[in-house]
Amino acid sequence: MALIVKKEECTGCGICIDVCPYKGIKLNSAGIAEVTENCILCGQCVDSCPAGALYIEEKKQEREKQSYSGVMVFIEHEFNKVHSVSFELLGKGKKIADELKVPLYAMIIGDQINNIIEEVKNYDADIIYAVSAPWLSDYQTKPYIIEAENIIKLAKPEIVLIGATTLGRDFAGALATRLETGLTADCTELSIDKEKGLLLQTRPAFGGNIMATITCPYKRPQMATVRPKVMPMPQKIFRANCKVIQMLPVSSHKDLDLELIDFLPDTIGKVNIAEADIIVSGGRGMKGPENFSMLFELAELLGGAVGASRAAVDSGWIPYAHQVGQTGRTVRPKLYIACGISGAIQHLAGMQTSEVIVAINKDPEAPIFKIANYGIVGDLFKVVPEMIRQIKERKSKNS
Amino acid sequence: MKVVVCVKQVPSTEAKVKMDPVKGTLVREGVESVINPFDEYAIEEGVRIKEKYGAEVIAISMGPPQAKDALKTALAMGVDKAVLLSDKAFAGSDTLATAYTLSLAIKKIKDVDLVICGKQATDGDTAQVGPGLAQRLSFSQITYVSKIREINLENKEIIVDRLLDNGTQVVKAKLPALITVVKDINQPRIPNIFSIKKAAKADIPVWGPQDLEGEANKFGFDGSPTQVIRIFTPPPRGGGKIIEKDIKESVAELIDILSSQGIIKI
Repeated sequence: MALIVKKEECTGCGICIDVCPYKGIKLNSAGIAEVTENCILCGQCVDSCPAGALYIEEKKQEREKQSYSGVMVFIEHEFNKVHSVSFELLGKGKKIADELKVPLYAMIIGDQINNIIEEVKNYDADIIYAVSAPWLSDYQTKPYIIEAENIIKLAKPEIVLIGATTLGRDFAGALATRLETGLTADCTELSIDKEKGLLLQTRPAFGGNIMATITCPYKRPQMATVRPKVMPMPQKIFRANCKVIQMLPVSSHKDLDLELIDFLPDTIGKVNIAEADIIVSGGRGMKGPENFSMLFELAELLGGAVGASRAAVDSGWIPYAHQVGQTGRTVRPKLYIACGISGAIQHLAGMQTSEVIVAINKDPEAPIFKIANYGIVGDLFKVVPEMIRQIKERKSKNS
Repeated sequence: MKVVVCVKQVPSTEAKVKMDPVKGTLVREGVESVINPFDEYAIEEGVRIKEKYGAEVIAISMGPPQAKDALKTALAMGVDKAVLLSDKAFAGSDTLATAYTLSLAIKKIKDVDLVICGKQATDGDTAQVGPGLAQRLSFSQITYVSKIREINLENKEIIVDRLLDNGTQVVKAKLPALITVVKDINQPRIPNIFSIKKAAKADIPVWGPQDLEGEANKFGFDGSPTQVIRIFTPPPRGGGKIIEKDIKESVAELIDILSSQGIIKI
């Protein structure tokens, strides 16, 4: 597999050299483009060449047999409750399945899952594949991927969708490797290429600075993890004729390779930032740990969670679990309120795909204002308490 | 004990990856490359294990020849050896092919007890190579590790904290294991001039497909089921309204806007 230069067509204009981020192409002594060992076959130069002198040699892989059909959604659940992203994916999966004119499947792995099966029946799946056993009660990578592989080999879905949660990303990466197929992480958009019937998987990369659309043309199933709250929550549609196929477990308790010793719940804040619709976040401008209490108060009034910039976490004002940004979590809430956060690029990488961003900062030049939908230039120690006061006032009026 | 740390060289976030609006291609101003930030914590943890328990720590990276710079930083921080996986045959690897290639290198290194990866890389943000690698190696897979509590070599066990969505899980697993680490695990050291100079002179072997016992069609572009078909800039953010009234009125206007749009419910 290689990048090929059609020598007779190269004009030596050098545009390819400018667009290559890897120094993967240069002009040789004859003034014609030549591929270097740095080339990673990203294909950017191919698109840039005005003479059409560059191409990447086509893949010769055999398309896997067309025996794969249907859209399957992995149902994530914890403490007998289905994660909302699984319903969102059933809704999106149904649309894709209708477009492809194929069935929608759900895959449920766990123990004592009858009420989960009943719940999933409300979301228009044609067939639910279920497997239950005592050692599957809590998620663990190994037994879960053994069961998932068994179900996928039987059902042969062309598409498998998984929530891009902490658990889902642990599971999906392992499962795709076991199936030796393609996996696209953290998608924010899914659609179907009408001509080829391929799943078009769009996701942010480079901290949200660019978007990439990815396909998996030859291997099956096409697998994607999808961020929670990106797809709309579908209407409940009870399917009386939804078929449930109970599978016999193929894993055993011996496949449990992690032993749970303890669980220490996060004690501050009632909502975790991975799930929150609203995040109130504080940065260096908070000046000290004691001042975070007003952010917790505001977050609680709004039903949201508290986040923080790296500066606040590194100063020891709030635990790392709350850090938003490149070395913390990537979040995409409906509302992100940045208080005393200047907006370093590493912070923006973790939150700039939020639906609405509000910035409160006393420095009108702070970069956060460039990406904020609404900004208040002012002292957060006056603005935040005023917000709390006015929200309380309106709440008491409305109640 | 033998520990392998996986390192990726990524474009610096400061380099501002942008789109050229005319050509529609990726532009990176000042193509500075750095170690993936999460991998610095992985390197540091490897070195700390060596200091506490005694271990041979080997850093590996797959990438173009200049990825040697990342490995030199790892050496300066205290790892014992470094190996670069670099060859045209590896070009165009997605996460499946990358995990495959790294797994062959780790098998060649032999008798590895622990593999440490960063949670994810800051360019692709996939978090897929760690789990993929654990599966290829049939190692215990432990993601999001925020603390190593104990390594018991006699019983071949490791006890770690995992940072999950609602709290911290403490788990025990059998070695060999693969862990992916988060920032909370440590504070990476800054290497001194002496170790930087020493690392600069270090000989870093480069392995290609001929050095690994793998199947040719599982490397690089051929071994990568996913293809990027389009890259584009996300639509610009709307709004950008600065509310410039006194604080009371500004706050009132903000709350009006947010509640009228149904963003907040009061």
